[in-house]
Amino acid sequence: MGLIENRFSKNIITTTYDAVFNWARRSSLWPMQFGLACCAIEMMSTLDPRYDMSRFGAEVFRGSPRQADMMIVAGTVTEKMAPVVKRLYDQMADPKWVLAMGSCAMCGGPYKTYAVTQGVDRIIPVDVYIPGCPPIPEQIIDSIVLIQKMIDSGGSRARDRWPIKI
Amino acid sequence: MTDKQPSVVLAKLIERFGDDIVATHSDFGDDTARVNRERIVEICTFLRDDPDLLFDFAMDLTGVDYLGEEPRFEVVYHLYSLEKKHRVRIKARVPEEDPVIDSVIPVWVGMDWFEREAYDMYGILFRDHPNLKRILMYEAFEGHPLRKDYPKARRQPTVGVEE
Amino acid sequence: MAEIEAYQREAGTLDMQAEPMILNIGPSHPATHATLRLIAELDGETILKLTPEFGYLHRCFEKESENATWTQVIPYTDRLNYVSSLMNNVGYAMAVEKLCGVEVTERCQYIRVLICELSRIIDHMVCIGTNMVDIGALTNFWYFWKPREEVYRHLIEPLTGIRLTTAYTRIGGLMWDLPDGWVEKCRDICRDVIVPAIADVNALLTKNRIFIERTMGVGAIDPKEAIARGFTGPCLRAAGVPLDLRKDETYLVYDRFDFDVPIGEEGDTCDRYMVRMEEMRQSLRIIDQALDQLPEGPVNVDDPRFILPAKKDVYETIEGLMNHFKHVMDGVQVPAGEVYSATEAANGELGYYIVSKGGGGPYKIKVRPPCFPLFQGMPHLCEGGMIADLIAVLGSVNIIAGELDR
Repeated sequence: MGLIENRFSKNIITTTYDAVFNWARRSSLWPMQFGLACCAIEMMSTLDPRYDMSRFGAEVFRGSPRQADMMIVAGTVTEKMAPVVKRLYDQMADPKWVLAMGSCAMCGGPYKTYAVTQGVDRIIPVDVYIPGCPPIPEQIIDSIVLIQKMIDSGGSRARDRWPIKI
Repeated sequence: MTDKQPSVVLAKLIERFGDDIVATHSDFGDDTARVNRERIVEICTFLRDDPDLLFDFAMDLTGVDYLGEEPRFEVVYHLYSLEKKHRVRIKARVPEEDPVIDSVIPVWVGMDWFEREAYDMYGILFRDHPNLKRILMYEAFEGHPLRKDYPKARRQPTVGVEE
Repeated sequence: MAEIEAYQREAGTLDMQAEPMILNIGPSHPATHATLRLIAELDGETILKLTPEFGYLHRCFEKESENATWTQVIPYTDRLNYVSSLMNNVGYAMAVEKLCGVEVTERCQYIRVLICELSRIIDHMVCIGTNMVDIGALTNFWYFWKPREEVYRHLIEPLTGIRLTTAYTRIGGLMWDLPDGWVEKCRDICRDVIVPAIADVNALLTKNRIFIERTMGVGAIDPKEAIARGFTGPCLRAAGVPLDLRKDETYLVYDRFDFDVPIGEEGDTCDRYMVRMEEMRQSLRIIDQALDQLPEGPVNVDDPRFILPAKKDVYETIEGLMNHFKHVMDGVQVPAGEVYSATEAANGELGYYIVSKGGGGPYKIKVRPPCFPLFQGMPHLCEGGMIADLIAVLGSVNIIAGELDR
């Protein structure tokens, strides 16, 4: 950069590929519509005019996993639903991030029973955990900002540390 | 509980079916009749068609596991009448070795999935049910989870999730 | 259905494919709100056979409640129909109080009516909003989400401490009394936010040609079939059957209010929408009357067997401490017996069948969810129609998976 700096007029910016791509990725994270239970209602509330998630570029909820790059697992994952979650996660294209929203997706929540997967991180890698039952929309926005910072700093995604052998 | 007249519903049931009505009570305001499981379809048809009773709504069907008592399971039907506006609860015990009872789908079509759920959760079999498969749990699940001897937090291997 | 296939075969109009195509809708699909699965056999666009499948959100409410005390079950009940959680709490508390023989105070009954009607309004808003999103009218979703947000922020959160999953009722009363200024705020929100929102959506939809074409005649059911299948609630009333538990088996203080029950004619999607809109207006009437008639007094029954003692007694007297300890560790002691108690939830008859063997926790609780028979009736409503109509009907029937799967 030393050679070309200050040699052109002021409306030319020099940067790295990574910085530009990261900026593009984090400004338009498209979540996949994966509301399972009560947390889905709070996720929908994050879209409403008061907590406006479109300020962060994330209001376009895609139905198809091929078009999304962030999966917000909002709600309880049951044993019957687990293969479906895994298949949808596999269908998403890289780079992808996962938010485990709510207590049920983090660790099974208040349900320690035969039919509830004790946390979605048993089947897919999770980047950010959002505690709450259900978490209020401000927490969801906070976690999206956290993901944006993770993307900016270029740190390794949870996927690179996966699978963690317990 | 104040001593009052047995209700119309229970009186008619006892009058028509006599000994097949094993026990009745009206505790807490709910008319309840415990019946013999062999005649359940006849009893339900009578409840639906008799002009004084007219139980056209089948509200609920469930099973209860009385572990330690003989017979072990109980199938409970809740019925409601739109015209007469009364309710009744019919119970029928089924033993553990032979947990079979006739399906009441010929009487009320809406009991279909309730019976499937009772089968899934308790293992109660319904004779002549058109499609007795698991409804809430996945197909490969083993056991009947709402039985009292099934531990709450038993894990079975998750099917279908491969690397 | 087999008749359609046979008829088309005769007329020579059966599609070139000899076999019907099987289309899997869900369990992750924008139109199946939460986790429902429908397997449709299609001939072109016509549905020949529809098989619903669910259980993807089975969270074992009944097994959990068998291992909990009576009060510990209350947070599990509000995750049943999570869109109107206060109604589930009220239904459960009423069932246990019927078993105990406890009569709650008048103020408590009025407050329960208020929260039930508010929950009914927000539930219908979700149903209509999401139904319209599926059909393509997205604006109504936003129009209805604003009043929901106002109710959450200004009414439910100050009252219970949390927006969605409330756990507000207790056996013998409520968690605590209404906060200061709640009554005025409730009136303001009903008048300034909810009424205009309903009017806006009404103006957009009710005489809208596209909406009428899309919903009239779609998914119709006649009264006899609806009764045989166990339908209750707005779907049954849309079919023409005047069953509403608030009038027919009146509970709490509903008999003191003057309100109407809207009845439809055809039982199709358009009727279900109209019934829900009118029910929201009637709920506003009930709320107005309840706020006017709200009496003073305690909200909890004055009975130490059911109600936690005051904190002052817990910290200063040994009897209060022991009472509190017994309540928390052992639970409320409820007599043995069984009871079935039903209330008119937003979607139909929500029934709780409770078996108790005495002691601090239930032996068995069965919830009779209103959407169970409705989802069971989906094949009857949709077979013979087109695949696009299936989406319209699914939204109008208002299946909440938390309640369906428990």
